[in-house]
Amino acid sequence: MDVTHILIILLVGALATYFSGDKWAPKVALLFGLAAFAGSICLLSQYNLANEINYVTLWIAKPKIYFALHADGLALAMLLLTTALTPIIIFSSFGNTYKNSKAFYALILFMTFAMAGTFLASDGILYYIFWELSLIPIYFIALIWGNGDAEERKKAVVKFFIYTLAGSLFMLVAFIYLYQKTGSFLIRELSQTDLSATEQFWIFLAFFLAYAIKIPLIPFHTWQAEVYQKAPTVGTMLLSGIMLKMGLYSVIRWQLPIAPMAAKEFMYVFIGLGIAGVIYGSIVALRQKDLKKLLAYSSLAHVGLIAAGAYTLTLDGLRGAVLQMIAHGFVVVGLFFVAEIIFRRYETRAIAEMGGIRAQSPKFTSMFMILVLASVALPSTFNFIGEFTVLYSLSQVNIWYAILGGTTIILGAYYMLKMFQHVMLGETNARIFADVTFNEGLTLVIIIAVLFFFGLYPKPIIDLITPSLENILTQVNRFN
Amino acid sequence: MNNILNQIGIENYIFLSVILFCIGVFGVLYRRNAIIVFMSIEIMLNAVNLLFVAFSTYHQDAQGQVFVFFSMAVAAAEVAVGLAILVSIFRNMDTIDVGNLKNLKG
Amino acid sequence: MDTSLVLVLLLAPFLGFLFNVFLGKKAGKSVVGIVGTLSVVVSFAITLYLFGNAGKEPVVVNLFDWITIERFNVKFGFLLDQLSILWLLFVTGIGSLIHLYSISYMHDDEKIHSFFAYLNLFIFFMITLVMGSNLLMMFIGWEGVGLCSYLLIGFWYKNQDFNDAAKKAFIMNRIGDLGFLIGIFIVGSLFNTLDFTSLKTIITTIDDINDLWIALAALALFIGACGKSAQIPLYTWLPDAMAGPTPVSALIHAATMVTAGIFMLTRLNFLFDMAPSVQNIIAIVGAVTALVAATIALVQNDIKKVLAYSTVSQLGLMFLALGFGAYEVAVFHVITHAFFKACLFLGSGSVIHGLHGEQDMRKMGGLKKTMPITFITMLIASLAIAGIFPLAGFWSKDEILMTAFHHNIVLWVIGSIASIMTAFYMFRLIYLTFFNSFRGTEEQKHHLHESPSLITVPLIILAIFSFFGGIISLPGHSWLNEYLAPLFSKVSHEEHTLGTTEYALMAIATIGAIIGIGIAYKKYLKDNTIPSEDAEITGLSKVLYNKYYVDEAYDAIFVKPVNVLSSFFRDAVETTLSALVFGLGKVTNEIALQGKKVHNGSVGLYLFAFVLGVCAILTYLFL
Repeated sequence: MDVTHILIILLVGALATYFSGDKWAPKVALLFGLAAFAGSICLLSQYNLANEINYVTLWIAKPKIYFALHADGLALAMLLLTTALTPIIIFSSFGNTYKNSKAFYALILFMTFAMAGTFLASDGILYYIFWELSLIPIYFIALIWGNGDAEERKKAVVKFFIYTLAGSLFMLVAFIYLYQKTGSFLIRELSQTDLSATEQFWIFLAFFLAYAIKIPLIPFHTWQAEVYQKAPTVGTMLLSGIMLKMGLYSVIRWQLPIAPMAAKEFMYVFIGLGIAGVIYGSIVALRQKDLKKLLAYSSLAHVGLIAAGAYTLTLDGLRGAVLQMIAHGFVVVGLFFVAEIIFRRYETRAIAEMGGIRAQSPKFTSMFMILVLASVALPSTFNFIGEFTVLYSLSQVNIWYAILGGTTIILGAYYMLKMFQHVMLGETNARIFADVTFNEGLTLVIIIAVLFFFGLYPKPIIDLITPSLENILTQVNRFN
Repeated sequence: MNNILNQIGIENYIFLSVILFCIGVFGVLYRRNAIIVFMSIEIMLNAVNLLFVAFSTYHQDAQGQVFVFFSMAVAAAEVAVGLAILVSIFRNMDTIDVGNLKNLKG
Repeated sequence: MDTSLVLVLLLAPFLGFLFNVFLGKKAGKSVVGIVGTLSVVVSFAITLYLFGNAGKEPVVVNLFDWITIERFNVKFGFLLDQLSILWLLFVTGIGSLIHLYSISYMHDDEKIHSFFAYLNLFIFFMITLVMGSNLLMMFIGWEGVGLCSYLLIGFWYKNQDFNDAAKKAFIMNRIGDLGFLIGIFIVGSLFNTLDFTSLKTIITTIDDINDLWIALAALALFIGACGKSAQIPLYTWLPDAMAGPTPVSALIHAATMVTAGIFMLTRLNFLFDMAPSVQNIIAIVGAVTALVAATIALVQNDIKKVLAYSTVSQLGLMFLALGFGAYEVAVFHVITHAFFKACLFLGSGSVIHGLHGEQDMRKMGGLKKTMPITFITMLIASLAIAGIFPLAGFWSKDEILMTAFHHNIVLWVIGSIASIMTAFYMFRLIYLTFFNSFRGTEEQKHHLHESPSLITVPLIILAIFSFFGGIISLPGHSWLNEYLAPLFSKVSHEEHTLGTTEYALMAIATIGAIIGIGIAYKKYLKDNTIPSEDAEITGLSKVLYNKYYVDEAYDAIFVKPVNVLSSFFRDAVETTLSALVFGLGKVTNEIALQGKKVHNGSVGLYLFAFVLGVCAILTYLFL
């Protein structure tokens, strides 16, 4: 199993899905998604044996751009997250029918291809290409298969597209500058360069703009809630479950090692921004009327905490951030799926129109409750591990960060339970709510099982990511 | 040939061609009849040609005069094409007033 | 052997939970109750066995590494020592009784299987809390019991008021939990371990100790304890939590979960001993809570609300003892309180059951004839909580007051006043409920009956313990102190020799209790006063009846502003930010629109620009 095979599987899968016709497309896509997951597992076992998974070949001679893929523990963890979530997301959409579904599912696989590439690429330009490539499918998915008024949707999606694209251009500029300076786009070289403090500052800032929009950090988040709401649930899952993590991953992989001095000097600003996002996101989520929007803002709060953890530049912070990224990926996919399940029955996302569902659907209620609890980081769920580690790292920098960031524990519980109360509890709803179907139940059960398993036994993931993070930290600390 | 330049100084040729060129420029800028604009362009062209010839004599070098032949030939072709365009514009729009030709508007 | 026993002890209730969740509906109501109860009884039996065979040395069971932090590992492990076994004894013991009671009490509820599932889950988390070998394991249980409390308070989820109460309990607890977490962070960074045994070794041997950070850690942990054990300022959730079914109030909100804070402080006694300033705070908070809650309880008319405030008040007394470093005294009161408060709640449940859901004492009265067993058991428990010799409450409360007297006379006075009030409101409750004539409807009167034996048997057992429970720690000859001695860093804690002062204090306490009972007797039995209707309450009583308007104040200070802020963010900030981003696009658009005007198609203009450009270039080149 070569690292390129994963990408080939996904790309071929996208084509095969497109040519298999509308009827077979979902199943073919699922098959290829699972194949990619199996491939990633193979890769993982190889990594455990041999330690380094590399693929390098010269792609363009001048400027020197390599087709360089590199899978260390961190990249593998993210690859596994991507390839594990993709089949779940595809499977979760089996209850819906989409017009022109062959294109729809092909785009999903294509997006997975681009995102997997982003996580694996170790050449700046290749990485940039994958990064931008992933934007194209989600643009079409949200635009064509989204919901709500078409004009409004177009406005939101185009805004998202241009906004993230514009941010990324600064990253490209930074890469070009770095190439002028070092003659290479390879992360291996870039993370060894000695840039002056001013250069680092500007490069850091250029990267930051790209990532802050993608993650998103406040105040660059305005595209998020609207696109989440307007995109079809599958698109929202892809966005929140995996695509957000591209930004966070890139912070750890590219931004910090290339410009560590700037990261250190302005650490307080960036941690502060992350924590401000936690508080702001939680408070805004409190009074949302739309279920998907509420979840979008909760996502904003969670990624704020993750980013704050990453910017502490401590092993605990980075580790907690990665753990929380994975945990959040699963839980947020689960929660958006819950929103979709309700939408399938009630055709609404307005919280005010729900309520009284619990009496009619005990299984659904239990699973929803568990996801809510995981989202508020109840100990013994995976999210607690991440949140605890991140908050601990923040407390090591300054205890006030931990206290302020810790308000997520209180506010998170507040908005999630309030939402749960208004969506699920109360007098039995007059409209019939059928309990989950087998497929829906299976999807949720898989997600919940993952959350609990790693909540009680996170060691495999910790062992997988720690060496790479230590590596990154030595690069970060090379100026000391 | 040199005695011609002795009789009338090279600077006079330059002045003349500058004046001709400026007349051409102003003609292009101020006149709105496309044909007159065209003629003004020809004047500008000829001002340059004159300069070519004058310097060719001054430098005792025939190259400049060869260029003039070239540019006269090209100008002739240009006139042919340009007039043809003008004719077709006139047929289509019943005017050759450049002020009315706004199809280039962005 | 130990490992498997511990695992069975832990997992038995969890298996009960799984059974009731997945098979409960099919299995039928009686099976659900039996399985639920048995699973806890199994744990109780194992605890008894461990209690009998326990050596002096604590047993540690580490399963695997759980969370890895750069500087330390947190193990998934359990610790069985005197403290945890003692706690397990009454958690599983009283738990078993309350499960038994619930079989009958909840029999008519259609969701009895989820009720038992939640109860079992609660016991499971409580065991985790008690047995955890480090702070984070304790935290699992800590949050877990909070979750169960949430689920059970909101058990009748069709009523949104109950759901609000449940949500409030969870969030209030989470405020405390944040404190707990911060405490964990500080402890972790100070000592590089969260393990109780290692912490004890380090803290008792370390020389250069950072007083400020230790005090902050202790304070943060105490905030956590405040949340769970309903102390000022985080106590308001507990009275609201009475929305849950009565067995839940008895088990979770009186006997077990709310004592978790005391458990934590006792567990970390070595840490709190290092922070005397925080101990003072604890003592003051405890005393004030005891008094404030007692005053509120004086005028409440809902039978469960009276008991709820009484619980808060008694917990305050326990914290008073903890603040003086008298951990074994607090533990003693925890145990006796568990007996008589569980008995009182179950008794009130029996009354409510008999009256088909009526909780207002103004509509009760004269029940002693129709419900004799309930009456007698509740009377014993009331005497115990009032501190009448020789019942359990007398000994434990007396020890607390004695400790207070030796340390701080003001706090002793406050505690004593709270005790007198306790006697008063408890007997107000007894007289209003069981004496005089029945004040409810005719139909209710017709249906009055003593509860079935599944309800009365637990009552009787608890009443017996409320009566004799005091023998585990008699002054001068305390089995409990000896049993717990290995836990504490200070060698001899509060070994009172029985001198004249002590006898005088006992006498004062008893007289105080009798005075309290006497006032209640005069007012509610002889004069037969019935508390006035809600609208007619005035003056100080009105303030007390409305709980000092603390809920309203919290609402105005915290909840409303956050919600207003939320609306402001949603409607103003979000739209502004969004407009800003769109604004960037609009500016670009506007520039294009303006630029477009230059391209007006006029060839003349183009030529003019061209000439101008050429001139500019020439000027630039040649000048």
